[in-house]
Amino acid sequence: MVEGVLKIKNKLGLHARPAALFVKKAGEFDSEIWMEKDGVVVNGKSIMGLLILALPFGSEVVLRVEGKDEERAFEELSRLIEEGFYEL
Amino acid sequence: MRDEPLRDKRLKGIGVSSGIAYGRARLIERGRPDIPKRHIRPEQIDKEIARIRHALKTAAEELNRIKESIPDDEVKRHAFIIDSHVMIIQDQVFVNDVIELIRKERINAEWALETIVSRYLAIFEKIEDPYLRERGQDVRYIYERLIRVLVKGRVSDLEDIGKRGKSIIIAHDLSPADTIQLNLNRVSGFVTEVGGRTSHTAIVARAIEIPAVVGAGGIASLVRNNDMLIIDGDEGNVIINPSEDLLRDYIARHKRYKIQQREFLKVARLKSETTDGFKVKVGANIELISELDIVKRYGAEGIGLYRTEYLYLSRNTLPTDIDHFETYKRLAQAGSLEYITIRTLDIGGDKFISDRAVYKEPNPAMGLRAIRLCMKEMDLFKSQVIGILRASAFGPLKLLIPMVSGLDEIRRVKEVVAECMEELERQGIDFDREIRLGIMIEVPSACMMSDVIAAEVDFFSIGTNDLIQYTLAIDRGNEYVNYLYEPLHPAVLRLIKQTIENAHAHKIEVALCGEMAGEAMYVPILLGMELDELSMNPYSIPKVKKIIRGISQEYCKGLLDEVLKKKTAKEGEEFLRGEMASMFPEDFIRYV
Repeated sequence: MVEGVLKIKNKLGLHARPAALFVKKAGEFDSEIWMEKDGVVVNGKSIMGLLILALPFGSEVVLRVEGKDEERAFEELSRLIEEGFYEL
Repeated sequence: MRDEPLRDKRLKGIGVSSGIAYGRARLIERGRPDIPKRHIRPEQIDKEIARIRHALKTAAEELNRIKESIPDDEVKRHAFIIDSHVMIIQDQVFVNDVIELIRKERINAEWALETIVSRYLAIFEKIEDPYLRERGQDVRYIYERLIRVLVKGRVSDLEDIGKRGKSIIIAHDLSPADTIQLNLNRVSGFVTEVGGRTSHTAIVARAIEIPAVVGAGGIASLVRNNDMLIIDGDEGNVIINPSEDLLRDYIARHKRYKIQQREFLKVARLKSETTDGFKVKVGANIELISELDIVKRYGAEGIGLYRTEYLYLSRNTLPTDIDHFETYKRLAQAGSLEYITIRTLDIGGDKFISDRAVYKEPNPAMGLRAIRLCMKEMDLFKSQVIGILRASAFGPLKLLIPMVSGLDEIRRVKEVVAECMEELERQGIDFDREIRLGIMIEVPSACMMSDVIAAEVDFFSIGTNDLIQYTLAIDRGNEYVNYLYEPLHPAVLRLIKQTIENAHAHKIEVALCGEMAGEAMYVPILLGMELDELSMNPYSIPKVKKIIRGISQEYCKGLLDEVLKKKTAKEGEEFLRGEMASMFPEDFIRYV
């Protein structure tokens, strides 16, 4: 399992467009992907889950990946978040 | 809902897009049909699950089809809304929740869907961040679409439009998500119950040049599908089921209008010069790339004002550096325009503030907006300035800063622009080093300081809309005081005159881009004051050119002298109106 804490850098937070990008990328991997904030855990492949998790600008989220391609999945997804989903 | 057909029923709204249309009404309903709630037998469970799966599939297919068929580039920006909707529909967690509920509780698909969606919406309501909380609307929107498929067996009323000729669309309001789904080729006009000149409906109607009336409260409950309608996008009138005579009258008026337009267009291409050779530039005020076509046809020499707010308001995310560059580059490359003046962000609002402690402004019009906001949110400002600078390598762009109140601001702006230029040079990116930087003159202090300021900028652009409001301390939108909004108020005229004189003393040019520039009656006064450029709504250009070409500057100066002697706006108006009616009788009969 690979796990890490990431900060949301998008000015408007994780709204529909970045959430859609994240889910699209997450869907490319076999591994199970979870996002956690304040004890609430959601499936990273579910756009509804991400929208409801509600990650505004500056908030911190735990990304947890488990499976065959966990290293690559974690690296690519965390990069997506770090780079602000191409909005910066 | 009414029982018998109405006849000759008139409604008044705000005309926001010129022209007359007559045709069949098509109502866009926003209400939800009633949800059937039934308990089902175990053997029916599979069927219900199949129904919901089918509804989801149909809805997703329809959305993708709509995305493929978006006609207009500008409207295409909203395609990302559709992408996220499709994703929500295909979200396994969401879908499984609904299916599990059908199985466990043995209820029908509609009921299960409503229950799950309500749960999700309740969670959205609790989200603190207002922007993210708003995303619940997307879920609600999808829910309505799915319910329509399940209950009515077809996708949405919007797709039926166009099956039998063109229609006039009637709705409470039209959002970008709505207009994106309309086949705009099959629409001959819009009427909405709410809205104003800058509503989305108005912008789309003007971009595709069809008549539109907004603010026609109550129309959605009066009109039935297929009622015959006349809409007048100039006067703001809507007539339901007109009698034969009335229809004949309007058809005649429509023909006259078309002829007048053709006449105007002949004038449009001619030079904007007075009979005694005084030249004044005539430019257009626009906010959409799709308006460039109209701009050229209606004879604008350049763009006196390109408003950039739409770039920010038409989407959920902030425009990226690329978005800015691509947009301004298209403007720069438009061709046959002598100049394109781009005004930096002029509005304010929560959307733009980066630090999350959002303070509710008691008086936003006088608060953190325009250049003040940009000075605070420097990244936002630089992103726009860099986009404009990069695009300036492709055409004659000018930079215009709004709401300047004093010299400090100007100096700071110039520093920032210099920083942006240095950065681009470091990166080896090309731009116009001589790009002209000007300011909007709309705050009275800028008028009073115009002699000092003129030495530090390349041009002025007088924004009379706001200048009049700030000078007379009135809110134009306030129906109790908007009678005080008078362009010919002596104070306003003095401020404008002083500004122009100071500018010319420092050899810089002055444009006027407020509504006053496009009003035929004020043109002689503005010519008398020796303005260098008048910039207006493109549709006003032909008439204004006609006035310019039919008058001498000497006469204008005489007129101005007389008007400046008047002590009140009313006296000024009466005098001017009288003069114009005798100079241009056919154009000013309406006013008398």
